[in-house]
Amino acid sequence: MKNKPKFLKILDIITIISFVMATLMVFFYAPLERVMGAVQKVFYFHVSAGWVGMLSFMIAAIAGIVYLIKKDSKWDLIGYSAVEIGIAFTMINVITGSIWARPIWNSWWTWDPRLTTATIMELVYFAYIMLRQGIDDPERRNRFSAVYAIVGFISVPLTFFSIRIFDRTIHPVVIGASGASAVGSFDMTPLMLQTLLFSIPVFSILFVDLMWHRIRLGQYSNEIEELKLRIQD
Amino acid sequence: MEHKTSFFKAIKAVIWKDLIAELRSKELVSGMLVFSLLVIFIFNFSLELSPSTRASVTAGVLWVTIIFAGTIGLNRSMAVEKDRGCLDGLLLAPVDRTAIYFGKSIANWIFMLIVAAIILPVYSLLYNNNVISIGLIFVILLGSEGYVAIGTLLSSMAVQARTRDILLPILLFPVVIPILIASVKASNGFLTGVPFNELTNWIYLLAAYDVIFTSVAFMVFDAVVEE
Repeated sequence: MKNKPKFLKILDIITIISFVMATLMVFFYAPLERVMGAVQKVFYFHVSAGWVGMLSFMIAAIAGIVYLIKKDSKWDLIGYSAVEIGIAFTMINVITGSIWARPIWNSWWTWDPRLTTATIMELVYFAYIMLRQGIDDPERRNRFSAVYAIVGFISVPLTFFSIRIFDRTIHPVVIGASGASAVGSFDMTPLMLQTLLFSIPVFSILFVDLMWHRIRLGQYSNEIEELKLRIQD
Repeated sequence: MEHKTSFFKAIKAVIWKDLIAELRSKELVSGMLVFSLLVIFIFNFSLELSPSTRASVTAGVLWVTIIFAGTIGLNRSMAVEKDRGCLDGLLLAPVDRTAIYFGKSIANWIFMLIVAAIILPVYSLLYNNNVISIGLIFVILLGSEGYVAIGTLLSSMAVQARTRDILLPILLFPVVIPILIASVKASNGFLTGVPFNELTNWIYLLAAYDVIFTSVAFMVFDAVVEE
């Protein structure tokens, strides 16, 4: 067993401190939005979590490609870890969105392109997890999940594109101009923008920290598997 | 390998093998067919397809039927290969693996088109409303191509898993949604008499998806069958 690397310890501390700072900023630094009030504060972590979700799935797809080329199980572990983290953050993204949508759109859910795509993306990666659980042979499992991570990642933007064509979105676009049909858009004040621009890197650091821990966990579980096999022999 | 069979010859051989096997057993197409008729009947009762509601949902009903039947077909077509050890035989053959992929895909495509070719007139007959048009047939050709392109890849993965019967739809449905959307939209346009030039966008989109999915599946298929 390896001890926790020193740099990881430092990263943990940085993550905790910056996360607390981001939370404080959201509540005390960013001003209250005039029309929507306190519920708008969900926005900072909503965007950040969405970003981390997309980032994780992209990393999983890249790790899938690299795995298929190199056949090194390290890349499978990276892909699998990224998918697990991505599922969690996409879930946070969807749930915080719902919390915001209830008072603003007067509904927990609408069949809006962005909402629908985020949820289909979540389903793709649930399928990924189920695929992994259905296969016992590790080498085959790694290959198949790499393939599915690639296929899934290609399909998700196409889904978004298709739905976007026939449905005007009511989802506001905060950076850049919202569509005419958007409901609940607002102009960010500089303080709001700063809070958002702080939250996104904080969530990215959190992602790196979680990835590192998850990969270490995966390495340990692989070691345990080997030890168990050795006992059986 | 010196005596490598040519790529197209290999594809043709795989298609031919599937067609002959099907001609003898008739279990795949007949299963898909009965299943899709049942789906149409279930839709009839669950949606109460009165003439007024029917106009807006026909495209959806047809596509859900095709896709559900397609899942059964894909699962069966690969399970047969796997169970009787034919897949190993195919893989041992000195041909390009992607030729096997294309052969299986095209065979699956043909089966889906046969089923569609029977469903469309039956649907028209049952509801006394001719749904058959060149446009719709064209959309079905394109849509089912994209569907089998990705479906053949995923079903060859699913059959090698422990949970294979439930796995294929779970893997396939979230990924083929773009194709489904474009197909339903285009079919709906043709069924409601929207002029062709307003639907070209959907047709192009569908063609683009077909190209994307086919080429991705073609590139990664090797990784799925290598042992």
